[in-house]
Amino acid sequence: MTAKPRLATIWLDGCSGCHMSLLDMDERLLEITERADIVFGALVDVKEFPENVDVTLVEGAVSSEDDLRKILEVRRNTRILVSLGDCAVTSNVPGMRNPIGPGPILERAYIENVTLHPQLPGPLVPRLLPLSRPVHAVVKVDVFVPGCPPSADLIHSVLDDLISGRMPVTAGVTCFG
Amino acid sequence: MSVLTLVIEGQDVAGPAGRTILQVARENGVAIPTLCHLEGLSDVGACRLCMVEVEGQRKLLPACVTTIEEGMQVTVNSDRLTAYRRRIVELLFTERNHVCSVCVADRNCELQDLSVEFGVTHFDLPQLHPKATVDATHERFGIDHNRCILCTRCVRVCDEVEGAHTWDVMGRGTEARIITDLGTPWGQSATCTSCGKCVQVCPTGALFEKGRSVGEARRRRPYLPYLVAREGRAR
Ligand code: SF4
Ligand code: SF4
Ligand code: SF4
Ligand code: FES
Repeated sequence: MTAKPRLATIWLDGCSGCHMSLLDMDERLLEITERADIVFGALVDVKEFPENVDVTLVEGAVSSEDDLRKILEVRRNTRILVSLGDCAVTSNVPGMRNPIGPGPILERAYIENVTLHPQLPGPLVPRLLPLSRPVHAVVKVDVFVPGCPPSADLIHSVLDDLISGRMPVTAGVTCFG
Repeated sequence: MSVLTLVIEGQDVAGPAGRTILQVARENGVAIPTLCHLEGLSDVGACRLCMVEVEGQRKLLPACVTTIEEGMQVTVNSDRLTAYRRRIVELLFTERNHVCSVCVADRNCELQDLSVEFGVTHFDLPQLHPKATVDATHERFGIDHNRCILCTRCVRVCDEVEGAHTWDVMGRGTEARIITDLGTPWGQSATCTSCGKCVQVCPTGALFEKGRSVGEARRRRPYLPYLVAREGRAR
């Protein structure tokens, strides 16, 4: 018997909506976990991203130094990388700061709009990159799944294809927003 | 009026001289994608989505502004045309800031529809992220330049149907913006009659009615040909 495919999910600059949509697969999640090993993600208590992952779903844009470090590590250890949702695919809402720049955005959120102890985030908070970028602007992406969020049915059919060794076709079946 | 015969997508068709390839194609049930064209308004050939191949011509020709000729052989769908159309959709998305998930026109947008039709699942081109403003000075309407694709439907409907000519285009290339009354805020426009026609014809979320939130834009467009016909200006 061949080993089950190793599946991971990771969450960068997104709202968790794509992961919620993933959970919306309901009982079909059980079927997925029978056919694949989930080796990393919000539901797995593993701190370090493992090696030799077959499929990784990425939610969120690459917005901070921490996102960048994570996505480079994920790409190194993943065979098929899936951009899941508009933030990963286009930078979407996180990218709305791009015309303005990280400096003025931080000022606005942490100083101008704050009455009690206004202060900028300290060194423990990952620094923002100059631009919030789609995943494929930083590393190679193999499958794009636009949608905000993509529906549970769509995520299921993408996973079903990938676990069965097929490349999913998302063109024409889903759209931005 | 002389009748011309030609071939569109392998189909023998005929039409009176002076008709455009787009008109004759549609009359004969051949679909050609368009964006700046709108039934009832003049054509300007702004978006280039309607480009077709004409035998013997090296250049692609925009079907909405090219009149038919005797013996023309027109190809509407080819791998080359599809690739160009997909690239045009991508260019329109990446030139401004399109965030469908928070846009008033989400699920009600001709640009979004085209991205599905041409299978645009991501952008190979870098997004430009321009600084673009929103003018909300008008009492009932707003213009969000982040979503404008410069189709000039608003310019034409305001001029040709309402007769107010409030809109124009200022600047060139990526700096081009539609403006009201020589660049004064819309709310201070001396020419705008607040008829709302521009808002109704906008294909994207750029022109919107105040009070409508994400995905709540509603466009009533079929009324346009009636208005034009009533004024005796049917083309
Ligand atoms: S105008 Fe259309 S394509 Fe642009 S953000 Fe709005 S819904 Fe999306
Ligand atoms: S509301 Fe009517 S008059 Fe005013 S700009 Fe729009 S089309 Fe022109
Ligand atoms: S505001 Fe709308 S109708 Fe006017 S040019 Fe822009 S996209 Fe076209
Ligand atoms: S529809 Fe012909 S150029 Fe836009």
